[in-house]
Amino acid sequence: MSEGAHLRHTEAGQPDASHTAILYLEDLNVSFDGFKAINNLTLYIDKGELRCIIGPNGAGKTTMMDIITGKTRPDSGQAWFGQTVDLLKLSEPEIANAGIGRKFQKPTVFESHSVAENLELAMHGNKSVWYSLRARLSGEQQALIDETLQTIGLTDHYHQAAGALSHGQKQWLEIGMLLVQKPYLLLVDEPVAGMTHQEMERTAELLTSLAGKHSVVVVEHDMDFVRSIAHQVTVLHQGSVLAEGTMDEVQNDQRVIEVYLGE
Amino acid sequence: MFITRILHNDRGGQIMLAVLAVVLVLVPVLNLLVPEGNFLHMPTYLVTLLGKYLTYALLAIAVDLVWGYLGILSLGHGAFFALGGYAMGMYLMRQIGDRGVYGNPNLPDFMVFLNWKEMPWFWQGFDMFWFAMLMVLLVPGVLAFVFGWLAFRSRVTGVYLSIITQALTYALLLAFFRNEMGFGGNNGLTDFKDILGFSLQSDNTRMTLFVLSGLALAGGYLLCRFIINSKLGRIVVAIRDAESRTRFVGYRVEHYKVWVFMVSAMLAGVAGALYVPQVGIINPGEFSPLNSIEIVIWVAIGGRATLYGAVIGAILVNYAKTVFTGLMPESWIFMLGALFVLVTLYLPQGLAGLVQNLKDSRWFHKRVQA
Repeated sequence: MSEGAHLRHTEAGQPDASHTAILYLEDLNVSFDGFKAINNLTLYIDKGELRCIIGPNGAGKTTMMDIITGKTRPDSGQAWFGQTVDLLKLSEPEIANAGIGRKFQKPTVFESHSVAENLELAMHGNKSVWYSLRARLSGEQQALIDETLQTIGLTDHYHQAAGALSHGQKQWLEIGMLLVQKPYLLLVDEPVAGMTHQEMERTAELLTSLAGKHSVVVVEHDMDFVRSIAHQVTVLHQGSVLAEGTMDEVQNDQRVIEVYLGE
Repeated sequence: MFITRILHNDRGGQIMLAVLAVVLVLVPVLNLLVPEGNFLHMPTYLVTLLGKYLTYALLAIAVDLVWGYLGILSLGHGAFFALGGYAMGMYLMRQIGDRGVYGNPNLPDFMVFLNWKEMPWFWQGFDMFWFAMLMVLLVPGVLAFVFGWLAFRSRVTGVYLSIITQALTYALLLAFFRNEMGFGGNNGLTDFKDILGFSLQSDNTRMTLFVLSGLALAGGYLLCRFIINSKLGRIVVAIRDAESRTRFVGYRVEHYKVWVFMVSAMLAGVAGALYVPQVGIINPGEFSPLNSIEIVIWVAIGGRATLYGAVIGAILVNYAKTVFTGLMPESWIFMLGALFVLVTLYLPQGLAGLVQNLKDSRWFHKRVQA
């Protein structure tokens, strides 16, 4: 199966990242009731990159993800996925099918479905109504579910209702749902919130292993966690990019120290 | 077999369908074979009453599909039921021919009364049974499509959607009351004589309609269960539980909502079409917003998102309605309200949930003792 063959049923194929960047955000502006949540934000994510985005509360991190995934429309600016896909023209499901997956800040899984069913629903493939009526899990899909459960350590919870999982397990399940979606770009909002130290380490391992094959954007508050995974860090402040660079560079940046790492 | 696969893991449905099968055999025997006068004989009016309950049960399943599984509280499903009923009523009117009070072979009585010279265009074709049956499905289906497309695309949800569905059925109520609409106005359509050449007054015809209602209920049940068991069913429940998550996973939520809403509306239309020849009349009162609310109460009492609970709720509540409106006509509406409040407070899962709880606790006790 060629790369991107699973997107056959959608209008978009593999994003054209021939100019190294897979995500282009340029001059974005969003305001809510006069409050500028995003202010002339310009940001590029490279293919295969693992990027961490940090910033104090209200810096616009979640709003940025909302724009990328089609939940919020900017007042002005551009958002492109590869060279050809204009994200501002697509709906949420179209963006998801174009290859952008998202994990929410608050873990949202389908609570009354079993763990395996959650993965089945999130899996890439034809998502039309009539197809779903007749759809059966193929051997290949079943194997992907088993493999993913192994990766996220939930094999023993195959039949358990997702609503009965612990907080950390839900976070993992949601990451698993991203994996079976086979996106080119993963947006991961606070993946380690509420996790134990051990769980955190495993999450770090997992996210690092994903980079390369996928582009991964992680929004996180936990500095130790960011340091353990990030190659490139972007600091957001009041809706625009304050600094960009390695963790060390960023930490030594005077402006960053002032607004964020100050104490 | 196909049916066993559908009903796998659905104990309530198995029992419900088994009881329905017994009833569908027993009632014809007691009505047609046991001679009148024998105390086992079942009078025909009772058969028709049961047939009416069965059409209500089918309607309740339709509502449970959208409410219980998709999470859309439709307070306008009575409209789809009534539209199906009107489509059937129009066919039955055309069957009267020149046997009406005015003896006009071309026009139904109410049109003669209104001094109309010819039949309006939308009455054309209803002299053909197949066409009328097509309309029974198509009219509710198309209305549900248009309504759903507009409402779900604008992402109207929750209480607002419920209010719009109420407005929909209320608007239709007012429209059908008007004589100029051409559906018999206030009086509706009645005085039906026969269906496909069989007299509606005969015991055999009534029995056939009863059995057909039962088969339609069983078929509707299996169809809904098939939908729920499919991947589509799991997506529908996912939409109910986490709509925006479902979008971000890549499903076009609107398409799913419209599709299920249409299927449900068509089932309601079929129920209405079977209801009308059994009660012998269809009038705008069927569009009353109160009717639609009552359907929701049946489902709530029976137990949401179980399908069989909707059947039980519809039949029990309507049986109680028959009994109590006979004894104390004024009190029924209060009793229904009280019932709804009590169920909401103490039985959020309805009767189906109560049975489930009893079973679980008995099983639990046995385990503790062992």
